Amino acid sequence: MSAPVQTETRDAAASRPAGVTVWRTPGERIALRWRRRPAIVASVLLLLLIPLGLGVLLTGTFQIGLGDLWAAATGTAEPSIARVLGLIRAPRLVAGIAVGAALGVSGAVFQSITRNPLGSPDIIGFVTGAATGAIVAILVFEAPPWGVSAAAVLGGVLTALLVGALSLGGGSGGGYRIVLVGIGAGALLGAVNDLLMTHSQRDEALAAQMWLVGTLNARGWSEVLPTLIAVVVLLPVLLGVRHGLAVLELGEDQARQVGVPVGAVRLIALAVAVALAAFATATAGPIAFVALAAPQLVTRIGKATSVSLVGSAAMGAALLVAADLVSQHLPLNLSAPVGLVTGVLGGVYLLWLLGRGR
Amino acid sequence: MDARLTAQGIRLAYEGRIVVPELSIEIPDGGFTVIVGPNACGKSTLLRALSRLLAPQAGTVALDGAPLSSLRSKEVARQLALLPQQVATPDGIAVTDLVARGRFPHQRLLRQWTSADAEAVDEALRVTGTTDLADRHIDELSGGQRQRVLLAMTLAQETGILLLDEPTTFLDMAHQVEVLELCRRLHRQGRTIVAVLHDVNQACRYASHLVAMRDGEVIATGDPSELVTPALIERVFGLATHVIDDPVTGTPLVVPLAGWAAVSSRAEETA
Repeated sequence: MSAPVQTETRDAAASRPAGVTVWRTPGERIALRWRRRPAIVASVLLLLLIPLGLGVLLTGTFQIGLGDLWAAATGTAEPSIARVLGLIRAPRLVAGIAVGAALGVSGAVFQSITRNPLGSPDIIGFVTGAATGAIVAILVFEAPPWGVSAAAVLGGVLTALLVGALSLGGGSGGGYRIVLVGIGAGALLGAVNDLLMTHSQRDEALAAQMWLVGTLNARGWSEVLPTLIAVVVLLPVLLGVRHGLAVLELGEDQARQVGVPVGAVRLIALAVAVALAAFATATAGPIAFVALAAPQLVTRIGKATSVSLVGSAAMGAALLVAADLVSQHLPLNLSAPVGLVTGVLGGVYLLWLLGRGR
Repeated sequence: MDARLTAQGIRLAYEGRIVVPELSIEIPDGGFTVIVGPNACGKSTLLRALSRLLAPQAGTVALDGAPLSSLRSKEVARQLALLPQQVATPDGIAVTDLVARGRFPHQRLLRQWTSADAEAVDEALRVTGTTDLADRHIDELSGGQRQRVLLAMTLAQETGILLLDEPTTFLDMAHQVEVLELCRRLHRQGRTIVAVLHDVNQACRYASHLVAMRDGEVIATGDPSELVTPALIERVFGLATHVIDDPVTGTPLVVPLAGWAAVSSRAEETA
């Protein structure tokens, strides 16, 4: 079946603005339409992951070259090299990609639903709630790593339910209420976290503190796979409700009058976004600002006019892997956990956002 | 009188507060129905019920005889469109993109943009005179242009019935006339229009069928030329008026009496 791609230009009809590609099969059983610029931005970001990924795989205290990488892929590498690549660096890279993508998408969904650039899971308390779950698991139950991850997911989900119940109950307060209630919940849980830390034994507090800064160090496959699976399974679910989300940005009345099942779209999108943020936090600890910045950056660079899920996933992944690379190669042996690096990057980003003066 | 859209004995309430106790109405096919009444009389609430945004606590709203609640929401949206009082417009969105979002009820996951979608958007832009604005950003437009674009979005739905919730509020006089003339043209092309308006004189000029409401009840319905009298205005708005012929159109023109006397009946009522 031949499928013509039509590239439409400005001098065609008004409904075909420049920069839009329409793809239709004969008979129009399938008729797709996308804006080229956001698509190009997403592609470039995905391509950017190749050099970034090579950076993560090939640099570090143990010298590994491109040839070793090829040998490891074909199963002919020295056992020590294969071990470093397969058990340390590959899971670290996959963790960076999966966690970054999960956070980027989660932020995109929250910002779309709250119609507020501050509506992001790290700002509105869900990541802090996940951290509370993990700290309780470490300090109170002395849980093994999988227990800490499970507790983080549970903490994030419970926080989301609490914030949801407080902000959605009664009336259509909408975006601002979620953001305000979430910031309040985040502050409260942050204080709880500090309290738990100050009342705990030194060794456990140290372990909890390590977890709290957010890091991709020493992430094995068992910690990485849940988040990777979550991203692979949940992203397509979101793509199914993407058009509903785009129309919802015009307000609830307009969305309902054109037939968007508003309640179902919101519930699905929020549930997926909460799950992604919670899984990401379970894997890497609370990583700041990726969820906040990735969707905004990709929207601004791509000049997109509605929520871009794939773009936000690609931007989140690229940001986090890049930050991880930077964190490993800071000069003067300043090597720091990636959570601190994203924190610094995020601070610079926020200042830039506010300084643009609008 | 044929009516595709009807409401039978509906009771409407927000969070337990009853706005409309019991109301029945038929929307004449091919008519330009205008609903007028004082603030908070339930006219916008009625429009929300007619467009299934608000489910009645009792009674039914029916389209072609079938209760709206029994129909699939996208199916309803292909028959009946509402322009809500407030539509949020994302920053930097181009006019065509906004109008294209009106095509939602015709689209599916893999059928996002058929030639029918493209044609409907072109036509909606043409009819509303916004073709030249197609590539502009919505936040660059004047209030009147913005309202015409939002109307185009609603028209892109390609429905026979069009419900407009206060389409002229916040517009200056020239833009109000611009929007209402556009509505009249749409009506003459065969669409059924229902609009909530504040200005009784504008309602008399444009409506083929007037619905006067007060306190959640329909007080009177019919041809505005026969309906609008000082007695009706007194009853609906509590305002003492003269009603004369509009020097331009010959439709009723309501002129309030001078001084406190005009609102005295209302003052006694609230005292």
